[in-house]
Amino acid sequence: MTALSIRSLVKRYDNGFEAVKGIDLDVPAGSFYALLGPNGAGKSTTIGMISSLIKPTEGSIKVFDVDTQSHPNDAKRYIGLVPQEINLNMWEKCEDILCYQAGYYGVVRREALKRAEVLLKEMDLWEKRHQPVRTLSGGMKRRMMIARALMHNPKLLILDEPTAGVDIEIRRSMWRFLEGLNQSGTTIILTTHYLEEAEALCNKVGIIDRGTIVEQGDVKALLSRANYETFVLDVDAYSILPEVDGFVLTGVNAESIEVQVPRERGINTLMTALTEANIRVFSMRNKSNRLEEFFLRLVQKGAA
Amino acid sequence: MEHSQTLREINWVAFKTIVYKEIKRFLRIWVQTITPPAVNAILYLLIFGTLIGSRVGEMGGHRYLDFIVPGIAMMAIIINSYSNVVSSFFSSKFMNHIEELLVSPVHPLTIVAGYIVGGVCRGLLVGTLVFSVAAIFVGFNMHSWVITVTMAVLTATMFASAGLINAVFAQTFDDTSIIPNFILTPLTYFGGIFYSIELLPEFWQNMSLANPVLYMINGFRYGVLGVSDMPISWSIGAVLLFNVAFMGLAYYLVSTGKGIKK
Repeated sequence: MTALSIRSLVKRYDNGFEAVKGIDLDVPAGSFYALLGPNGAGKSTTIGMISSLIKPTEGSIKVFDVDTQSHPNDAKRYIGLVPQEINLNMWEKCEDILCYQAGYYGVVRREALKRAEVLLKEMDLWEKRHQPVRTLSGGMKRRMMIARALMHNPKLLILDEPTAGVDIEIRRSMWRFLEGLNQSGTTIILTTHYLEEAEALCNKVGIIDRGTIVEQGDVKALLSRANYETFVLDVDAYSILPEVDGFVLTGVNAESIEVQVPRERGINTLMTALTEANIRVFSMRNKSNRLEEFFLRLVQKGAA
Repeated sequence: MEHSQTLREINWVAFKTIVYKEIKRFLRIWVQTITPPAVNAILYLLIFGTLIGSRVGEMGGHRYLDFIVPGIAMMAIIINSYSNVVSSFFSSKFMNHIEELLVSPVHPLTIVAGYIVGGVCRGLLVGTLVFSVAAIFVGFNMHSWVITVTMAVLTATMFASAGLINAVFAQTFDDTSIIPNFILTPLTYFGGIFYSIELLPEFWQNMSLANPVLYMINGFRYGVLGVSDMPISWSIGAVLLFNVAFMGLAYYLVSTGKGIKK
């Protein structure tokens, strides 16, 4: 079963600018899908078209086999949207916002109040239920938007950069919540600039650049295609950077070295060579996470 | 997700939700929405009705104070039904929470109907309040309940629809006040709140007939006092015609996403 199927989707604005250039995208039901891309790549435009906020110029979008253009209201019942920009009514109380949203999906107020209680507690906002949204912090507003999107129990949840500007502790609690939601059967599409977030949560990925899908598939399969990783080593102060056959070493400063490690060479050879050169390694870390490296290479290749 | 529900059932719940939200909104800010029209009405009745009116004498066969009460109540209905929708709908556009509705399976007709009924509720509530205040000054008179209520409801729906149209086109908060200040208020004042058009020269009498508010105020006055500058059928016909035009345009704008979708 496919939760989302997009074919030849185009968005062309009146000034001729093509934000999305004929993309095809398949999101299997039950998956946790990362839609990645640099700023202006077309992620939010694509999400806008899926959720009916933006009219597509060409192409088709099906949500659980329902066409969003011929049967928009049937398709919308499946979707919960957490947009990038905070779009809550700042003057309304948290509980009211959730109940109104549920009402727009046919959930009567009595039932909506029960759901609101569950979600507000889940999002650690129960104490704020009678507060107007304007009194919430940025992280709380983000969590309110997630709670709002879940009030009608959508089968497909779309999150457009849900953790932007959220501190690490709250971000990790949101991750745990989203993982649980996905495990309970909700298909999730996530766009994020935190690639570690995508790598930690998602099992499928699509990379969009300049309005075109440049790569999509299993996260594991894509990462296995990455032919090298970059590490940063904290070392003894060294005077001459050693040359190690098959590795590219770059000095970051007098006590750190950056090194590209080809998958086929492994780290052992490097460590042996550094030991022979009398350089002690105190610690080692990834320069960036693997998905980030893969993403950057794809995007840089596209720009070249 | 309530998949056992039909879209019709969903839309009924959604309609009630929008109306409930709108009523709760204007009651929450009652100091801005409910009190000022009542205070205005008291001032109009005191100054124009009691102080100046006693020197004017009769108009349309009634005391001047009695004559202006329906017009003042109708003005409150017009202004409040219009203002409620224009400010609420434009705010939701401005803060983007209109997207809550746009991403949901709510039919555009439900959105239009919900906002209009919200505006009508405020218009009628304020109108009733003004009428109640006026009763202190003039006592309670009613020629025809049916015509009075019909004219009040139809006028409120018409101006609530007009407010929605204004909100769809508005780009800034200034745009939401241009029509009320520069079109609606003059039309209302020249619509016969304080005078019968029989007082005007023939040319201006004929010009006044082009003012839609004249038909509403006179229709309402007929319901309350039994006097009007024109046959009641003209008033009802005009208000029905404008309702069809404004509601149709509001529905067209919302269903095509003009001014609200990219």
